[in-house]
Amino acid sequence: MTTRLIYFAWVRERIGTSEEEVELPAGIETVADLLRWLQSRGEGYERALQYPDVIRVAINQEHVDHREKISGAREIALFPPMTGG
Amino acid sequence: MSAVLVPSVRIQRQDFDVAAEIAALTQGRADIGAVVTFSGLCRDEQGALSALELEHYPGMAEAEIGRIATEAVQRWPLQGLTVIHRHGKIAPGHNIVLVVAASAHRQAAFEAANFLMDYLKSRAPFWKKEHRTDGSEGGWVEAKEADALAAGRWKSPSE
Repeated sequence: MTTRLIYFAWVRERIGTSEEEVELPAGIETVADLLRWLQSRGEGYERALQYPDVIRVAINQEHVDHREKISGAREIALFPPMTGG
Repeated sequence: MSAVLVPSVRIQRQDFDVAAEIAALTQGRADIGAVVTFSGLCRDEQGALSALELEHYPGMAEAEIGRIATEAVQRWPLQGLTVIHRHGKIAPGHNIVLVVAASAHRQAAFEAANFLMDYLKSRAPFWKKEHRTDGSEGGWVEAKEADALAAGRWKSPSE
């Protein structure tokens, strides 16, 4: 199953794309697993995700924490802490 | 029993008219005794900022502000609630965000508007990038810990 990954703000700039479809390898069960796997995909990912604690994550457009299971997620978004308002 | 209020949430590029938004909530009604509005504007502190560029997560921005607004109408007895958040490039002095809360009495309207802004700051998926008057990019605005703490004070002890 493919999962749509979406990036915003400096996460998007460092990775170099705003979204992509990925085939997640077996063993990627939680958000934390996903962040670790993404870091191994190249220099941009490494720079974007070098401090994973800072990264905020939404699954299917709802905030989740890093322990959340990602099975069945259609859309996972990674972004910095929000600065709206 | 009256129907549960459905808040009006809009994410838009264009500006808004504060007076028109108040009128839209109060027109033809005699049961509203208090309207609190909060407007957030783009601010320049050193004369170096030409604009803030607001990036947002389309779909989730509406959904998340909708969730926060729904919580507000469940917690306070409101007669009307409008939340507007702009995106795109916004110059200093121009509007970014508007909350209008209407109620029978002032306390509910004040508290709901305050709650909305505290939550919106730390949970609504928007990010501000600075553009400087010298033409350079000033970088992304950093989230303030104070904003996250401000949102935390609305949690009930059981949460």
